[in-house]
Amino acid sequence: MTLTDMEGAATLDTRVAAPVSHRRRRVVGLAAALVALMVLTVLSVMVGSKAIPVAVIWDALFDPSPDADQFAVRDYRLPRTIVGLAVGIALGLSGALIQALTRNPLADPGILGVHAGASFAVTLAVGWLGVRDIQGYMWFAFAGALLVTLMVLALGATRQGSSPVVMVLAGVCLGAVLGGAREALQLTDPEAFDAMRNWNAGSIAGRPLELLWPILPFFALALVLTFVVAGPLNAMALGDELAAAQGVQLARTRVLAIIALTLLAGGATAIAGPIGFVGLMVPHVARWIVGPHQRWIFAYSLLLAPSLLLVSDILGRVVLRPGEIQVGIVTAFVGAPVLIALVRRKKASGL
Amino acid sequence: MSAGASSRSRLAHTHLTGAAPAERVDFGRRVLVLRRWKVAVRVEWRSVTVCAGLALAVACMAVLALMTGSYQLSPGQVVSALTGGETGLVHDVVVEWRLPRVAAAVVFGAALGVSGAVFQSILRNPLADPSVIGFSQGSYTGALIVILVVNGTYQQLVGGALLGGMATAVAVYALAYRRGVQGFRLIIAGIGVSAMLGSLNTWLILKADLDQAMSAAAWGAGSLNGVAWNQVIIGGVCIAALLLVAGMLSRPMRQLELGDEAAASQGVRVSPARLGLVVVGVALTATVTAASGPIAFISLVAPQIARRLARTGGITFAPAAFVGALLCLAADYIAQHVAPTPLPVGIITVMLGGGYLGWLLFTEARRRL
Repeated sequence: MTLTDMEGAATLDTRVAAPVSHRRRRVVGLAAALVALMVLTVLSVMVGSKAIPVAVIWDALFDPSPDADQFAVRDYRLPRTIVGLAVGIALGLSGALIQALTRNPLADPGILGVHAGASFAVTLAVGWLGVRDIQGYMWFAFAGALLVTLMVLALGATRQGSSPVVMVLAGVCLGAVLGGAREALQLTDPEAFDAMRNWNAGSIAGRPLELLWPILPFFALALVLTFVVAGPLNAMALGDELAAAQGVQLARTRVLAIIALTLLAGGATAIAGPIGFVGLMVPHVARWIVGPHQRWIFAYSLLLAPSLLLVSDILGRVVLRPGEIQVGIVTAFVGAPVLIALVRRKKASGL
Repeated sequence: MSAGASSRSRLAHTHLTGAAPAERVDFGRRVLVLRRWKVAVRVEWRSVTVCAGLALAVACMAVLALMTGSYQLSPGQVVSALTGGETGLVHDVVVEWRLPRVAAAVVFGAALGVSGAVFQSILRNPLADPSVIGFSQGSYTGALIVILVVNGTYQQLVGGALLGGMATAVAVYALAYRRGVQGFRLIIAGIGVSAMLGSLNTWLILKADLDQAMSAAAWGAGSLNGVAWNQVIIGGVCIAALLLVAGMLSRPMRQLELGDEAAASQGVRVSPARLGLVVVGVALTATVTAASGPIAFISLVAPQIARRLARTGGITFAPAAFVGALLCLAADYIAQHVAPTPLPVGIITVMLGGGYLGWLLFTEARRRL
């Protein structure tokens, strides 16, 4: 038993002693996160190469007129913010799912081959089929992500159900093979390389809302699945045997969780390109705030991840004005210092 | 070492009296015990045979690689050139042109395999490799800055890569340090720093013009092009010394796998042992990076393949080294001679290693059915 495990046990004891105050702290924290997210949503519409006051945003929504600022709000900033919210939620939840499933702190939603499948499919689309616009990329990315995860599931499945370690390794293998093939294609095709280095950075700018609508039903399904498996995943944190003894169906829980996280991560990648760090960082932070309770971790991830994404997106617009930095590049710079500072505190615990 | 060799067969049948069915009792693995002076080494037979098989495969692969090229040779010519029986063109082709590259693939592959084994063991995580501590991303950042900003020579590029990698590794270790370094904190600090540097790299690639970006990406994939004898010899000496240190640390490493408290109670000085292992692991990767660029994935996949071939419980060095060597050599052969256009070896190692480990997992799953 390591030092942090013992500290974890200590906090567990205090929770048993004073469940009410602990619960109140969680609820207050959740409300604070919600308020922060709402503020950021408004800021995301206001801030940019030209600052737009709240009154204009209000008018753009409820009293439309052919004004340049209103146009910018309706056709550019608002879609970008909504896409950011959706993508952020999807990334945060999928990260929380994969960490609960594998109990590996290195596991991010891309580890089951989602990013590799999406990138490979987009490279094929760019290099061989000459697809050049984001609408075209999207369906290739989504299909690639789903296909590769299905293959990982098949590869990692055994009769005893699927072992998370084997599945993660299978995902790494498949991801590596596809990544190598993608890199080989790109290094021999400068045009594809050029197109892909933009897509690979990950961005939520210039995505019309029409792009988001077809993905939303998948997100909704995944959201329901996520909260359905939250309870069984809690039991599985005690170990497979104990969970099975409590009546958890291990194989079914794993498959449902994987379907949910693939839909979420695949959809997010299809819209925004591979954004890696959010899904890795946010669930760690959420767990350090609320302790090992999946439903709360999911709820916090649901709010913290879009917040991180929106903060990063806003900063990306402001820092190099009038130019912009893609959100996928900024997230690590915003999030990593927070992550490192938190892990240096005593309470941060493993999985 | 052979003087005191004795082998004990631990597999036996229990002979029960009466009609009870003869049941096979598993007393553990067959082991080989070597005793000489005050040293005793206990190795599992399966590891020995797997290592011997892998060594044979490496030798065959090396001969094949030495034969193949625009000037085709026979196996006999290669062997006699290696033993000094040839002069003139055949000698030059084999010993001066092709051998450095083959030797580099073997030595560097072995180094990467051991380096990965070190990290997977001390972090107790099958996904760990030297990139966990940020070395890979850091060295890529260093190389990118030299290529894109300074527009430097190849030597400067190597210097930049080493400097970047080392600085990052030290920074991650320092950030994870809080009255000792604990595995989980090291992983998280590594994730954070690597993510930042990875983003910086993406941004640099995005801002660069296409030619420079592509040449940087090609360096980043790792290649054995232009490896000459002096690099192989310098690298080989460094790697040999490091492997020796790794071998001496392998016993504390095994004990650390039991957990810090258990290791400490067995007399292991936990923090120095772990620091020593991290330094050895990073230094092995750094040596390879200096000579050939970052050859990806061998350090991740070789220990896992080795573990499945030798069926050892934990991570072991020798099989990982041999698997790494074979993987690197085979990948370089494919990159040079089989691929339609010559590719950086790193791309092939990724596909070959990933594919093979995938196959092992697949058959393992079928076996368990």
